[in-house]
Amino acid sequence: MSTAVLLDTALTAPRRDLRSRLEQALDGCSEEDLIWASGFLAGLSARGQRRQTEAGAPARAAEAPRTVPTLTILYASQTGNGKGVAQRALDAATAQGIAARLVNLADFNPRQVKQERAVLLVVSTHGDGDPPDDALALHRLLHGAQAPRLERLSFAVIALGDSSYPHFCKTGRDFDARLEALGAKRLAPRVDCDLDFHTAADGAVAQLLAAVAPGEAAAPARITLVERTPREAASEAADPVREILATASVLTNQRLSGRHSTKDVRHLEFGLDTGEFAYEPGDSVLVTATNAPALVDELLATTGWSATETVRLGETSLTLREALGSRLELTLLARPTLAALAARSDHGPLHDALAGDGEALQSYVRERQLVDVLRESGARLTAQEFVALARPLGQRAYSIASSRLAAPGELHLTVAVVDGRYDGRPRPGCASGFLAARAVGEELQLKLERNPAFRLPREDDAPIVMIGPGTGVAPFRAFIEERTARGARGRSWLFFGERTQREDFLYQLEWQRHLRQGSLTRLDVAFSRDTAHKHYVQDRLRERAQDVYAWLEEGAYIYVCGDAQRMAKDVHQALIDLIARSSGREAAAAEDHLFELKRQGRYQRDVY
Amino acid sequence: MSEHATPSAVEGIKARSRQLRGTILEGLADPLTGAIGEDDTQLIKFHGSYQQDDRDLRNERREQRLEPAYQFMVRARVPGGICTPAQWLAFDEIARTYANGTLRLTTRQAFQLHGVLKRNLKPTIAAINRSLLDTLAACGDVNRNAMCAVLPFERNVHAQAIDLTRRLSAHLLPRTGAYHEIWLDGAKLVDTQQDEEPIYGRVYLPRKFKLAVAVPPDNDVDAWSQDLAFVAVAAYGHIAGYNVLAGGGMGMTHGDPATWPRLADTLGYIPAEAAIAVAEAVLTTQRDRGDRSNRKHARLKYTIEDMGLDAFRAEVERRAKIAFAPAREVAIRDNADPLGWRTDDAGVHHYGLYVPSGRVVDAPEWRALSGLREIARRELAEFRLTANQNLMLAEVAAARREELAALLAEYGLSAPVSRVRQLALACVGLPTCGLAMAESERYAPHFLAAVEALIAKHALGDAPIGIRITGCPNGCARPYLGEIALVGKAPGRYNLYVGGAPDGRQLTAPLRDNLTEAEILEALDALFARYAAERSDGEAFGAFVRRAGIVPAIASGREFAAAAARLSAG
Repeated sequence: MSTAVLLDTALTAPRRDLRSRLEQALDGCSEEDLIWASGFLAGLSARGQRRQTEAGAPARAAEAPRTVPTLTILYASQTGNGKGVAQRALDAATAQGIAARLVNLADFNPRQVKQERAVLLVVSTHGDGDPPDDALALHRLLHGAQAPRLERLSFAVIALGDSSYPHFCKTGRDFDARLEALGAKRLAPRVDCDLDFHTAADGAVAQLLAAVAPGEAAAPARITLVERTPREAASEAADPVREILATASVLTNQRLSGRHSTKDVRHLEFGLDTGEFAYEPGDSVLVTATNAPALVDELLATTGWSATETVRLGETSLTLREALGSRLELTLLARPTLAALAARSDHGPLHDALAGDGEALQSYVRERQLVDVLRESGARLTAQEFVALARPLGQRAYSIASSRLAAPGELHLTVAVVDGRYDGRPRPGCASGFLAARAVGEELQLKLERNPAFRLPREDDAPIVMIGPGTGVAPFRAFIEERTARGARGRSWLFFGERTQREDFLYQLEWQRHLRQGSLTRLDVAFSRDTAHKHYVQDRLRERAQDVYAWLEEGAYIYVCGDAQRMAKDVHQALIDLIARSSGREAAAAEDHLFELKRQGRYQRDVY
Repeated sequence: MSEHATPSAVEGIKARSRQLRGTILEGLADPLTGAIGEDDTQLIKFHGSYQQDDRDLRNERREQRLEPAYQFMVRARVPGGICTPAQWLAFDEIARTYANGTLRLTTRQAFQLHGVLKRNLKPTIAAINRSLLDTLAACGDVNRNAMCAVLPFERNVHAQAIDLTRRLSAHLLPRTGAYHEIWLDGAKLVDTQQDEEPIYGRVYLPRKFKLAVAVPPDNDVDAWSQDLAFVAVAAYGHIAGYNVLAGGGMGMTHGDPATWPRLADTLGYIPAEAAIAVAEAVLTTQRDRGDRSNRKHARLKYTIEDMGLDAFRAEVERRAKIAFAPAREVAIRDNADPLGWRTDDAGVHHYGLYVPSGRVVDAPEWRALSGLREIARRELAEFRLTANQNLMLAEVAAARREELAALLAEYGLSAPVSRVRQLALACVGLPTCGLAMAESERYAPHFLAAVEALIAKHALGDAPIGIRITGCPNGCARPYLGEIALVGKAPGRYNLYVGGAPDGRQLTAPLRDNLTEAEILEALDALFARYAAERSDGEAFGAFVRRAGIVPAIASGREFAAAAARLSAG
């Protein structure tokens, strides 16, 4: 098909003008681009009659070619953030009549990328600049020797990250550069989104869509992200359509750590007020915490602000104490807030942290909370200015540790109380400290965050291998209770790790009972501080390589939950190694095998 | 006798254990629990360890979904209580490395370590072995740590008594290779079964067996409480022979009238060279004739009751191929330790150190662990663990006596204490002992202070009244020989006994059951008032309460049981 086909000889002047502009725009386009453009135009016309072409004539959808390329919005992130952004993009595209589809990278065959014509990639960065699990396969393919040429692809990237980490938005940057290197055309400059980009990045999607569909005055998409950190994972609601909420009353708040433990891990049981809160093993809940009164008091004392001062937060007015207590993030620090404070202070360490590499900032924010920065920097600002620059208080996600079958009407959480200290002062985590302080009978709001990518096998006979050190064991308690209640016959194998056997063996009596009763087949443990040489779950996996591989060969599903920074990576490598060693494959082939398992849904991770 | 009755469960465990091996190795390797297998908890006693848990934490940990805080008590045999400075240093380090940072001196002259975690059990026992002591047969149905008088005035006599003690200990030690296999990475022996234990056989003894060598006039080893005792008959610095006692024992069960404490009977006199043969004969008679169906009726004291003393004596004579001569007259003074500075017949100095309840610990005012470590480092003395939970710093060179005294003062170890405290014994009790029904060691300081106040109130001076406290009726602190004894019944409640004698040859008598502390002190207040008013010159408290008719003079175990039954009925 040539461009001439598109053009009619009998054109009005405006049409001629349009034609010349189209020709200009399409100059040098490949045939595939033109196909895409035709689909795009068809999409524009598909929005119906209310929008007119410049000539005032209705566009004729019927003339669109049958093969309509679609904007494929690919997303991957460990939390719901990426999906949230992608969903907004889809909504915005749809609203503008752009044919678009939303695909989780987990469900996307990387080789399919060659067939795509227009892609919006929404991808987060984790830990040490790593791609989220779901993006690993595509990342690997594009960066490998077998990477396809992508001349026919147009793309844009929205990168999500946390600027307090050294490799801010690295994955997004990688994809952006690599796609270009492979010949793909960038539709719009990459947008890097920080934790609190709800203001900075408002309109990011609109901007991209404007690039996709020039001339469209797209309505700015409003995107609200909640923060997540490695310490306390958080995310926005996974289901933007319908929020599932419950009022939960505390039935039990029981310390699981022994008296002499260096940790404080809690088991919380809640009674739910609604049967609608139909969670499944693998799901999480979002907890809306409030800041500890002691922290609010300390911040007020440090700054000298009046607790009763009225401040404005968006549209509402409230007292400063209310704002600090329940609206603003006081425990976690992010670059924009720090930068705003630095602008009002000449405190050296703060400026050094912001000026240095990501590592410097990381080490600066690791132990401090906002009150520490205010005190040390002596930043001069009013309460109202502070309220304007502080981030809104986020929600924290916790994996559910119970099964509705085993504990109807209840929901259990396993919460490690973040017990930081700075300069001799206790600096507890916001949500974990909040939960730990809840007394029996108190009520709080829980929001369901579904995690369909972390599910028990449908077949009750399938063996499962669960790797969950620390509080990462929470969903596996749910798994085992669910399977026990269902009478599932599949074998189960848990790898658990913590610091000491005596003080930190979370749910020890329950695992012992499950083993006795056969509802847990095997349990391997690694207690890092019990021996001179530290052992972790990945070491146990390696020691059990042959058996683990045999389970895999017998159809086992592997689940990993917990720390993404190190554990999940080490476990991933251990799995590759054990597959290689047990099967005699090369490492690369073993890795392929693991990716294949992942695609089959037999390697699922919930790491943060 | 119950030869045809069903053997007890423990007998089955022993029989199946392949000479005490059981599945101890597998249990040690199980990382999912701090405990070992249930049957193995019986077997591990023979290896010198009890599985226990911190009972203070039991309920709390159940709530925390954690198993009990399992830990092990490790007891090291120290024949005759004699320990070199190097060995003391070894135990000091083991206690600080693997246990709870304290050393416990037991009423059987042994070391106890508490709070040893399962993963540290093997290193602990291996370290003890490297010190040239061991834990084999420190507990279990075997001959336990052989005891010996700690400091006779006559050096030569003591040397001979110690020599016999060590020979008895070695002769009656189990031979099983299990100990080396499990704890010392010894090569596994091929299955030799019976041949491994020429004396004990496949199932060992029906119950524990305790022996001691006493050197009159001291009775610091409480010879009459032992299954078997050799009471030295010495003249001119030479032990010619021994009066042999058999069938003593302390343990009983609350509310079970078929159980009772009992003083040993006298079998007769033997020449010194017959001692080993007699010991083996007594032990094997018990092995063959003891009750294996009921562990509450399995000690030698019941075997002798059931056989009759004459029949038992005849059996021992037949097995040992000797004939007992009539026992020789010996004078017994008391069962206390010689405390403070002593000088023996050769002019060598010894210092008897009072150790409250045998617990060697660093407390702010009493830094025994550090002080004794320093004394051992400087090799100022030989360390002798006494039967009364104290420590004899023996063989102090005259030239270094002042140096030792200075160290004792520096570490707060020589402050004067009352006679009541010096004489007091208390078992370990809560929180570690699984048998304890009430507090013992932790309660003793408080209770003794209250008694001291009563003694002062009644102007009894520094009255040497022997008080013994145990957390349960099994009798580790030999309560049934005390002038006053508290035996735990329930938390905060004790049975009160009075009427024992300072020489350790008189059973105490049940006075009141199930008393609170206030009731005990009220009862003692009344008794002390009468004692102060009515005692004759030099009359011991225990003797007084018998003479005054407050309690009867208990002449046998059966009488004790009958008196206890009357008390609980009335």
